[in-house]
Amino acid sequence: MLTAAIVTGLGMGSMYALLALGFHITYIVSNTVNFAQGSAMMVGAILAYTFCISWGLPYWLALIATLLLCALYGLAIERFLVRPFIQGRAQAWLMATVAGGILVDNLVLFTFGKEPRQFTSEFANLGVSVFGSSIYYLQMIIPLVGVGVVIALVLISRYTRLGKVLQACVQNPDSAQLMGINVTRVVAVAFAISTVFAGIAGILIAPLFAVHADMGTLFGLKAFAVAILGGITSARGVFLAGILFGLTEAIVTIYFGSAFTQIITFSLVILALAIRPNGLFGHKEAVKV
Amino acid sequence: MFSKLLRKTGRSLKVAILAGLIGSFSLAASAEDPIKIGLVAALSGQSAKSGEAITRGLTIAIEEINANGGVLGRPLELVRRDDESNPSKGLLAARELIQREQVAVLFGGLDTPVSLAIVPLANQMQVPFMGVWAAGTPITRNGADDNYVFRVSAVDEIVDEALVQYAIDNYDMNNPGMILINNPWGESNESGFTKALDSRGMSTAGIERFESSDLDVVPQLTRLREAGADTLLMVANVAPSAQVVKSLDRMDWDVPIVSHWGPAGGRFGELAGPSASNVHFIQTFTFTEDQAGKGAAIFEALQQRYPAIESLADVTPAVGIANAYDALHLTALAIENAGSTDGTAIRDGFYTIDSYEGLIKTFETPFTPDEHDALGPNDYVFTHFVGDQIVPVED
Repeated sequence: MLTAAIVTGLGMGSMYALLALGFHITYIVSNTVNFAQGSAMMVGAILAYTFCISWGLPYWLALIATLLLCALYGLAIERFLVRPFIQGRAQAWLMATVAGGILVDNLVLFTFGKEPRQFTSEFANLGVSVFGSSIYYLQMIIPLVGVGVVIALVLISRYTRLGKVLQACVQNPDSAQLMGINVTRVVAVAFAISTVFAGIAGILIAPLFAVHADMGTLFGLKAFAVAILGGITSARGVFLAGILFGLTEAIVTIYFGSAFTQIITFSLVILALAIRPNGLFGHKEAVKV
Repeated sequence: MFSKLLRKTGRSLKVAILAGLIGSFSLAASAEDPIKIGLVAALSGQSAKSGEAITRGLTIAIEEINANGGVLGRPLELVRRDDESNPSKGLLAARELIQREQVAVLFGGLDTPVSLAIVPLANQMQVPFMGVWAAGTPITRNGADDNYVFRVSAVDEIVDEALVQYAIDNYDMNNPGMILINNPWGESNESGFTKALDSRGMSTAGIERFESSDLDVVPQLTRLREAGADTLLMVANVAPSAQVVKSLDRMDWDVPIVSHWGPAGGRFGELAGPSASNVHFIQTFTFTEDQAGKGAAIFEALQQRYPAIESLADVTPAVGIANAYDALHLTALAIENAGSTDGTAIRDGFYTIDSYEGLIKTFETPFTPDEHDALGPNDYVFTHFVGDQIVPVED
């Protein structure tokens, strides 16, 4: 039983983590989050389905095209739903990104159709048996992709010029601007990266799940809970919180029954945040005056 | 003076003639005015296919009736409103159809919560409300002294009874596990299954719920397997049902699945993969390849009316079409029996229908004051997916 719970928990947790890392990346750069993350995940899955299944494009080409379009989606969200409000020092970006996500969900409903579709892939059904439980390769790849993304984020922020630019924007955007850093462009890139993460999650989910216009809504919500739980400023924390959240859901379901899954999981989230208000791995920002 | 009087009289005469003409025209128009039949169903959103199926069934029946002179010498006309699967929108739409459009009879759609919202209105306004899909038991058994709600569809409580009996007869079920969608529909069937099992002195291995957004149902199914479940009783719509089947595949657990009709709507064969055919579920009607008689004639009529229908897979699920088709013909008979479009007279007209040879079956006294459901446990067909088509399970 435990093996099944761990396999399910790792897979689901990594999905939440990938989406939550999108919240992390925009927050550290601009103190805003993209509440259309769930919608971006759905867009990734729908585009991958359209390119691979409907149009019959090769996987590699479909993957590149999907991620490019997801990045464009992120840029559009930043340009039209976030930047105008940030420049006006208003908080309305919060509602604007929620509304943008709903708008896209409904556009997809009208264009892609109302019925869920299956992303059939031979690769999706390949797997191995571990302790009597079948594990699909795809289920193993998902956590690996998540770990890869976190390592890349940590390495970039510590050892590259881009990392230094990001840190400058985080610490003092006005000074960074005076030093010649195009902060607006950095924020736009952060939004593009966030929707690319969501797109990757969508592509990975598509073969395991039915593809439809509503698929991202609840995922986006849970991923936001994960981002807050992990401490939204810490990439490592967000990823670990995602895994923890997924494992808790699966273990609670398997040992206590599905009736208790959401009750116990979200009670634990509230408890954790009561003890550590900045998240499990977050820290209070020191403001120097 | 005289000429003035003549002018006045002439004007009055003209007015009188004009009034008479208008009166006679309106009298003639009212005799030929169509009798309006209302439909409140999901015409958009994920359940839109159900609304489309009901519309097709009603349209074919209305065209048949109108071609034969209509009802009470008047043609029937369908007036549709979209409930978007939302009870408050459904209630508003029903009120509009009854009060503004003055429909003689109102038809309902797929969603039990929407139908349950409309039931009190129909009883209060004394307008017959005909359910053709939603299976919630309290829709017709609503406890009203003056009940105007009828149904030509499955009834959850009877379905659960039939599913349990089917599982016992075909799989020697001893220790069933329930895997139910976490919503009022799943809840309603949990009580139906429990009742059916209790009456046989049986208990369950476990009752597990899952969300339609759950990617992986392995944890819930693992609990049922560990508890020794030998058969699964499933209630969920297409996509979540497919998740159950795929999770079972991942677990390598080959267990019989007996299901309510949720998998029938949409592309279950595609979503669940090759194991889709392992799920046996109920239907009230299904079109088949070698169909004869009324079924073949109506399939042909559907193809002529809707050129998009090329094969049997395009009329899946057939229950919406068949239930709506038979319900409309029964309604036409009730209006004929009533001799008017008065709601109470039509309601009583349903009770005096003797016999009607329908698509699903030959209905003999389908409704009485104590029985507002025209279909019973013997009218269910057990089916499964073969490719994209729903076909009856062979004995």
